[in-house]
Amino acid sequence: MITVTVNGQRHDIDADPNMPLLWAIRDVLGLTGTKYGCGAAQCGACTVHLNGESIRSCCTKLSRAAGQQIVTIEGLSANNNHPLQLAWNEMNVPQCGYCQSGQLMSAAVLLRENPNPTDQDIDDAMSGNICRCGTYQRIRAAIHRAAELAKEGAKS
Amino acid sequence: MKKLIFLSIILVVTSIVVLSFKTEPVKKKNNATAVKDSIGSVKAFMSVYKVLMSPRCMNCHPAGDQPLQGDDNHIHTMNVKRGVDGHGVYSMRCSNCHQAENDPGVHLPPGNPNWGLPPAKMRMVFQGRTPRELAIQLLDPKQNGGRTKAQLIDHMANDGLVGWAWNPGEGRTPPPMTRFLSLISLPPGSFITHLQRPRSR
Repeated sequence: MITVTVNGQRHDIDADPNMPLLWAIRDVLGLTGTKYGCGAAQCGACTVHLNGESIRSCCTKLSRAAGQQIVTIEGLSANNNHPLQLAWNEMNVPQCGYCQSGQLMSAAVLLRENPNPTDQDIDDAMSGNICRCGTYQRIRAAIHRAAELAKEGAKS
Repeated sequence: MKKLIFLSIILVVTSIVVLSFKTEPVKKKNNATAVKDSIGSVKAFMSVYKVLMSPRCMNCHPAGDQPLQGDDNHIHTMNVKRGVDGHGVYSMRCSNCHQAENDPGVHLPPGNPNWGLPPAKMRMVFQGRTPRELAIQLLDPKQNGGRTKAQLIDHMANDGLVGWAWNPGEGRTPPPMTRFLSLISLPPGSFITHLQRPRSR
């Protein structure tokens, strides 16, 4: 039995410690916002937070998450009102949408560590998240917009 | 009194001249020893050099601020950066993909608990270094992470990330010498004699 805290809720998971964390999140806990893309840590679709760091859950064993804090796209904000989620809606970022939960989770780490990122910072943080629809320009614009929204939110 | 001082000066000068001639053969003997050690040392270091310049070592000791990948030393995909601490930036930290051990399968991320590059303030570049340049760098505490020669040997012998090179997982060629042989080819004395004879390489 492996105990994991996901989105603030503690779960005891009866599964092989070598199971990919992504399987546990999707198939055991039923949180399907996180996607399977490549299974080789190459695309970023499966990105979740482990103790605040964005990890690739397809290549992370469940055992690594034991006793740790996991946040998935479902737990990024209480009411889907994270500045990134608001900006993503405002700028109509997704096309097919498959990669977008991973994009948001990576962008969340960037904004947390750098509230006012430059284009270069965004490239450095987001180059590991592939979008087959090519929404990169809108992703970049939305991250800038989210930075503005976060500042406005902090003022109000 | 003046005579005594004059005689003393003569005696000191004469002694210096005589002693300087006497030390000549001793110097030659030392040089002969150094030359002998140097030849063996240079040969040994050239073997170690091939290990250090192998993809398993050099890929994480690049000339730039991006790690390299593969047996062909191509720049790491995904625009991965060194970062201040050598472990990446933002959502592109090494441990985001690299686990504590190798993921099984070709082209899956290799792993180690300390996966990363040297930090930005101590980049310890291997790529592009000549044998002499690399030897000097390895011995210089200002360029080697503050290590003494004994600590360098210990690093080669016991560091887990160094050891990974000989257990690199599928699809990656290990260095062209065993870790043990690399170690015994690296006595501190050999390094010193190698540096004493830069033209011998």
